[in-house]
Amino acid sequence: MFDKVWLIPIFPIIGVLINGLLGRRIEEINKDIVHWVACVAVGLSFVLTCVLFFQMLGLPPDQRLYEFTWFDWISGGVLHTYVAYQIDPLSMMMCMFVTGVGFLIHVYSIGYMYHEEGRYYRFFTYLNLFMFSMINLILANNYLLLFLGWEGVGLCSYLLIGFWFSEEANAIAGKKAFITNRVGDFGFILGLLLLYTQLGAHGVWSLQFSEVFPHVHLLSPSMATAICLLLFVGCTAKSAQIPLYVWLPDAMAGPTPVSALIHAATMVTSGVYMIARSNILYSLSPFAMGVVATFGALTAIFAASIGLVQNDIKKVLAYSTVSQLGYMFLGLGVGAFAAGMFHVLTHAFFKALLFLGSGSVIHAMHHGLHKVHSHADAQDMRNMGGLKDKTPITYVTFLIATLAIAGIPGFSGFFSKDEILWQTYAHGHFVLWLIGAVAAGMTAFYMFRLVFMTFFNECRAPDGAAEHLHESPKSMTVPLMILAFLAAVGGYLGVPKALGGNNRIEHFLEPVMGLGPEKLLKKAGAAMAGGAHHLAEAAHGAAEHAAAAGHAVAGHAAAMAEHAGAHHSLFAEYLLMGISVAIALIGIFIAYTMYIRKRELPAKLAESFPFLYRLLLNKWYVDELYELVVIKPIHGFSQLLWKGVDVAIVDGTVNGVARVVGWFSGVIRYLQSGYVQSYAVSVVLGTVVLIIYYFIKALS
Amino acid sequence: MNQLHFPIISLVTFFPIFGVLILLMIDKENEDVLRGTALAFTVIEFFLSLPLLIYFNDGTAGMQFVEHFPWIRSMGITYHLGIDGISLWIVMLTTFLTPICVLCSWSYIQKHVKEYMICMLLLETAMLGALVALDLILFYVFWELMLIPMYLLIGVWGGPQRVYAAVKFFIYTAAGSVFMLLSILFLYYYNHKVTGVYTFDILELYKLNVPISVQFWLCLAFFVSFAIKVPMFPLHTWLPDAHVQAPTAGSVILAGVLLKMGTYGFLRFAMPLFPYATHQYMPVIATLSVIGIIYGALVAMVQPDMKKLVAYSSVSHLGYVMLGLFALNMQGIEGGIYQMLNHGISTGALFLIVGMIYERRHTRMIKDFGGIAKVMPVFATFFMIATLSSVAVPGTNGFVGEFMILVGAFRAYPVFAVFAASGAIFGAVYMLWMYQRVMFCPLDKPENEKLKDLNVREIITLLPLAVLVFVMGFFPGMFLRKMDASVSHFIKDFNSRYEMYAQQRQQSLGEKIAAVTATPAAGSSAVVE
Repeated sequence: MFDKVWLIPIFPIIGVLINGLLGRRIEEINKDIVHWVACVAVGLSFVLTCVLFFQMLGLPPDQRLYEFTWFDWISGGVLHTYVAYQIDPLSMMMCMFVTGVGFLIHVYSIGYMYHEEGRYYRFFTYLNLFMFSMINLILANNYLLLFLGWEGVGLCSYLLIGFWFSEEANAIAGKKAFITNRVGDFGFILGLLLLYTQLGAHGVWSLQFSEVFPHVHLLSPSMATAICLLLFVGCTAKSAQIPLYVWLPDAMAGPTPVSALIHAATMVTSGVYMIARSNILYSLSPFAMGVVATFGALTAIFAASIGLVQNDIKKVLAYSTVSQLGYMFLGLGVGAFAAGMFHVLTHAFFKALLFLGSGSVIHAMHHGLHKVHSHADAQDMRNMGGLKDKTPITYVTFLIATLAIAGIPGFSGFFSKDEILWQTYAHGHFVLWLIGAVAAGMTAFYMFRLVFMTFFNECRAPDGAAEHLHESPKSMTVPLMILAFLAAVGGYLGVPKALGGNNRIEHFLEPVMGLGPEKLLKKAGAAMAGGAHHLAEAAHGAAEHAAAAGHAVAGHAAAMAEHAGAHHSLFAEYLLMGISVAIALIGIFIAYTMYIRKRELPAKLAESFPFLYRLLLNKWYVDELYELVVIKPIHGFSQLLWKGVDVAIVDGTVNGVARVVGWFSGVIRYLQSGYVQSYAVSVVLGTVVLIIYYFIKALS
Repeated sequence: MNQLHFPIISLVTFFPIFGVLILLMIDKENEDVLRGTALAFTVIEFFLSLPLLIYFNDGTAGMQFVEHFPWIRSMGITYHLGIDGISLWIVMLTTFLTPICVLCSWSYIQKHVKEYMICMLLLETAMLGALVALDLILFYVFWELMLIPMYLLIGVWGGPQRVYAAVKFFIYTAAGSVFMLLSILFLYYYNHKVTGVYTFDILELYKLNVPISVQFWLCLAFFVSFAIKVPMFPLHTWLPDAHVQAPTAGSVILAGVLLKMGTYGFLRFAMPLFPYATHQYMPVIATLSVIGIIYGALVAMVQPDMKKLVAYSSVSHLGYVMLGLFALNMQGIEGGIYQMLNHGISTGALFLIVGMIYERRHTRMIKDFGGIAKVMPVFATFFMIATLSSVAVPGTNGFVGEFMILVGAFRAYPVFAVFAASGAIFGAVYMLWMYQRVMFCPLDKPENEKLKDLNVREIITLLPLAVLVFVMGFFPGMFLRKMDASVSHFIKDFNSRYEMYAQQRQQSLGEKIAAVTATPAAGSSAVVE
């Protein structure tokens, strides 16, 4: 059955072809066929993924790797790349939730987008194309096919952000997303080239994971660091980290299901996936790991700080996504690859739910405002309030997701976030832990602020629109309920040992993450017999990091305690857990105070700290800074190149040469005037000159 | 070797001339008949060229379908034609693009239809001839012959500044060719001096051992001539003028095939004739290519005219091609050839697209548009596909070429490759920015509200290109495997002859040093004894 893996990406691309080529006709005949085609395509992918997943579970853990080479892609000389897929715990886990959540969001989109006339088919075409790209990204067994998916999802993101392209802001947001990602991809492709040529120098011309990872120890430590950092540049764009996160908040211009699917649950986590996939490579470079962790932690708190004051419901969620992605990178950076992936999974559930819930709210607001012909902003939380009774299902499911993201014990987010924070602390990164913990408090605050502003108090919708607010259709609420269930219980996949669980997800991912330093050392040891000197260095670097990454490998409390020292006992873990829960509760309490009990407080605070408030409200002015430092200068320089260099100098020279030749011809034209008299004069003059010449010569 | 035992190349090359003769017999008032006849001939021509592809033998590096006859015996000029893996796809591109050019001129060209179609057919013969000629004089004849119909296309059917652009194009290119002619003649006489045989046959001249000091000058002459055609920075300024003034079909042919003559010339003539000099010029060419990539992209970014933007993007794309070719390894050269085809397809499509919108609105200024996607959804789709191909999104043909070139370049000169890779960012900026301003945003200009979407003829024109974008993006092997043998032979031959020259140089240097140091060396050795 594993050799049918190519069908997983094929289903969505068939959907793309049907809806893309015939969609306009189909939509005219019967709109329902459009979404049936799209949903069935993704549904089939999901079913097949499940089948393969359970089949894989039947195998012993060390045999859970199957590679399927479909066809030859880009080859020439020593370069050989294939369209080939890989089935292993990591790819299957990702594929499960991507197709699963993707399917739910496809279904949700039926209700959300049904009123779109004339471009309903386009929406589903893009959505299916996204699924195709994302599946390729996940299942690829080599970096180049991963890159196809990587840019493909970026393209779909661009198309979907600008879906309502008649608004200039949406079109600009789409372009911004694509170009920012291109900047990241510049780093990514250089990383690939460097990896490829460096390994090639050792005779390993390949980008295939199963070829690359057993040989990465051949890389010199500095090269490994350079490669890891370059690949991470790609991640900062795709997964919205400092400094390239700027496109994600603007990406909320797209339809809300898109925000849920692409800009929260799946695409933006592909950077995390890529690093987790390359964990062996990253394990070679403690420095690169440190960079990843630091950027992750900084992003987590930076984005959370902006989220504190935003009024657009989707903007709050967008910054929350950036912040949560920061946590994931923090986890990866401290060597807790499995914990990072665990957070990817739980985040996909609760964040997709949050976005779909907000979509349901916006949907209700939109209809309500439309009924009373109001032009008020349907996404501004200042126009909401009291929706708890109008949209009860949305409210309950939204609340579950909020509890999950806030890290309330028992809900999924608690387990994954706490695992990351604990691992950060256990590996001795106290400062990073502190940042993460504070950001967790901010998360709890802004999420409950959102809930209180949206669902509690009185409804502030203008012109009596409140009368017309009602719950969304079934196709939207059913996915909400399913996701709410997952967001609530998804965490039980990874209950840590300290709480009596056995961290299943970590064990499950062990074959992928576990190839790490230990086996690498063995490999290096064997290869050292070959006499290569720097291998020893590589092995040394790996050994240094073995302890850090070793945790992910072993997952045994013993190994962990050994590294972290005898002081970190179970007690420490309980203590940290208690602290983070307390911080979350404090955040919730403050939100409660400010937005339920003493609702005049926020305005007062804003007045007391006007500078800070404006700084946060305007997102630290980062967009303005980029505009000033990057975009304007490049634009100006290009103008200069065109008008100053190309037209004036380069082309000026060409035309100048032409003019000089013309002028010169004009001058020597007089030599052939056709007048006999002037010819006679020149003959006489020439004779005289000659006579004088010979005369002087004879004299001397 | 001629596997068909039939002069297929001659047939393909001169079939359009037959079409010219038929066109001459048709009354010039019957414009639709003229158009139809021209289309029929170019389509038949395409099918005639298919056997070249079908019977092409992937396994051999040598020339195939060869025709070799003496032409002017007294001077050693021969009629020598042949195709190998390097020229095959460019020949196919030519016969593929010409019918598209005829189709896109259907309603665009309203005056002197007869003469226009005759020019198109003549141009096709000239281009094909230059691609298959293996005799330097024969090549030179076709090379110069290309200029005349192109000159007329720009000068007669072009825009308001057509005469300036046409003259600039003609003189610039012809001036470059003069140096090449001188260089050819020198080779001819030098070959006679060494071997006692008068020949212009390129395959014979490859074997010639050209003294290193002379090689630099001869190579330079060829380089200048081809670099103008490519065009490489800073010899590129004729291109934007020519493109902007040329009619749509002229631009398509110019971008699609004529520019490839320059890069093809490097591969077929300049590089294998002068391996040592080529090797020494590598850093210069690579530098100019990288400048071209970034400079072209930056200047394209600020163009207010869509067509000029695409023209400058050509400078950038051709920079990639040159960088790949001069990486002198499999990935670089195959990527370079692939990128030539890609550029023909994606930039060809972009020029068609600009032409279609110009025909409707009689303007190409970006600021005159906005929100067009709403009224022209089919057009928007094709435009998007061409854009994606141009910015080299994986899955399109552009990515295959660009990636291979980057791999090749990264192996040969990593620093240049890094700069070249940054061009991909600017490429996305100028293309998507243009797309956004033309197709997206509010539809706020009343003139644009009634624009009609593409008609059937226009869809037929663009569809083959759009399909090829994806076929070439996902199945590049179909194309690359036919190049393998020729390209790897090219590299092997180039390297071995470079080694030979390098040794010669070493020896002559060694002798000089030995001569200078002979006496003391003898003395010291005596002491040792």
